[in-house]
Amino acid sequence: MTEIIVPVKQVPDIEKVKFDRGEGRIDRSSAESEPNPFDLNALEEAVVLKERVGGRITALSMGPPQAESTLQKTLARGADRAILLTDRSFAAADTLATSVTLATAIKKIGDFDLIICGEKTVDGDTGQIGPEIAQLLDIPHVAYVSEVLERNDSSLEVSSDVWGKSYIKRLNFPGLITVTKDVNEPRLPKLKDMLEAREAEIERWGFEDLSSLVEKDRIGYEGSPTSVDEIEVAPEAERKGEIIRGDPSKAAAELVEKLEKDGILEEVKT
Amino acid sequence: MTEGETGGVWTFSEQRNGKIHPVSYELLGKGREIADELGTDLSTVLLTPDGSETEELIHRGADRVYLSESPAFGEPDEDLFKKNLLSLLEEKEPEIFLIGATNFGRSLAPRIAAALKTGLTADCTGLEIDDEGRFVQIRPAFTGNVLAHIHTSTRPQMSTVRYREFEEAERDPENSGEIVRVPPETKDGGRVDILRVSEEEEISLEDEEVIVSGGRGLKDPKDFELLEGLATPLEGEIGASRPLVDDGWIDRGYQVGYSGRRVKPKIYIACGISGASQHLAGMKDSENIVAINSDPSAPIFGVSDYGIVGDLYQVVPELTELLEERCGSNEG
Repeated sequence: MTEIIVPVKQVPDIEKVKFDRGEGRIDRSSAESEPNPFDLNALEEAVVLKERVGGRITALSMGPPQAESTLQKTLARGADRAILLTDRSFAAADTLATSVTLATAIKKIGDFDLIICGEKTVDGDTGQIGPEIAQLLDIPHVAYVSEVLERNDSSLEVSSDVWGKSYIKRLNFPGLITVTKDVNEPRLPKLKDMLEAREAEIERWGFEDLSSLVEKDRIGYEGSPTSVDEIEVAPEAERKGEIIRGDPSKAAAELVEKLEKDGILEEVKT
Repeated sequence: MTEGETGGVWTFSEQRNGKIHPVSYELLGKGREIADELGTDLSTVLLTPDGSETEELIHRGADRVYLSESPAFGEPDEDLFKKNLLSLLEEKEPEIFLIGATNFGRSLAPRIAAALKTGLTADCTGLEIDDEGRFVQIRPAFTGNVLAHIHTSTRPQMSTVRYREFEEAERDPENSGEIVRVPPETKDGGRVDILRVSEEEEISLEDEEVIVSGGRGLKDPKDFELLEGLATPLEGEIGASRPLVDDGWIDRGYQVGYSGRRVKPKIYIACGISGASQHLAGMKDSENIVAINSDPSAPIFGVSDYGIVGDLYQVVPELTELLEERCGSNEG
């Protein structure tokens, strides 16, 4: 039986979340939390693999207790087990400390064949967690997977978008892939499964559960070599803001004239 | 022990089939500035199947090139590149190590950072030395609304750097430097096999000087032909906003936006794009922005240099015709 692990992050709905330019931070109360959209592609790929070759899917998340709702959604979409890593000592982690925490939990879960991650999260936007977990577990990874071409219980054949081309690679288990949005179209969960999942108990692990496998100074704030010193509101580029109205052919002529006058057409037609 | 100094500023020179990728020259430009400010030297690592472009890295400002040649570097094999880089980094202990934030760089750098237990800052758009001599990494956060200033307490301080964010290092054939040859290491077998590569080039919007993008204002997928008509005299490429990609009108490779490509062409022409923050995050750093939209209150006009309030189906053909005349005569 193929053991598949899907790390999932709870994120604010980035399309709706409001940004407070005065405070220089997002207003998290302005939008609902949801599973990171890229992670849903990862989960869908896990479900497809399970349907084809058999297997079991464990969804794993690190976050505050409220992240339970994100894990419940993964159960509704086909995960068999969900574990929430939640503990004050995990908090304020950068990508390295987060990867250490997730990799440690995966060690505790035990034998696995495949880990599937989304290519990045919409809030952190680093794409670093997947390859870092792979390194910490000493397994190979293939990133930017846009298509899974063949599946069996010991390897995957995938298309990886690097070097401006598509490289077809075979990943022998155990291994990790990060998937792009092209890889599949996540199916919507059934209402019955959603209602059932809402009642589901989510396993919770704290630092005590991992303490035999990791030093405390490698997780959370203490385990984070990077720190944010300062947040500045991004300066907005000065724009000319010239608006042209009226007859389409005159407007087009006026635009070309302006582009010529400002030397912009010359820049692109050298 | 390989020759060469310890410490210093290092960059990774990414190549594809032996040809050096331009982000490598951008890293050398920025790396040179940082090294000069810190009073240290600039090294770069080139793992390549064909070292014939090695001298170019010295002309672009590297004091030292660690060169390792092997046919195996002709394929994007993260495991192999990681193994070779780690040996060098562990021995030479650079202070700073910069990698281009290409897909390959973003896949490779985290493996190295995790192995060295060091911090890695993703997708930097600014790198500075502050008044106290500390290395400050600046990256956009939250769809580009804020810039986070980040520092790293471990060594090397690693960053991936966005492509086309910094100027390429100027070329000076008078620059001198040394080439340190490093014997390539072979990889552990059985983990990932690279079977083949598709012949088709992926479209690379990031490289385009002119992009003509369509949004919800388009009525039919075939109307991208209209945008292609406008892009052609400008030697540009077409792009799209997310809804059209989600509806399957066009391939995801053309998507401009926070969850698509981030582009900064010389001219970005937004046709029928309202200007949702998701889209703006992908194109607001373009040098010149032109918007064509029938809704005068569309947010896209707020970030535009030139806006035409009008129906794109009327304006774009007129514009195409004028540019065909203009650009055609320019060539003659």
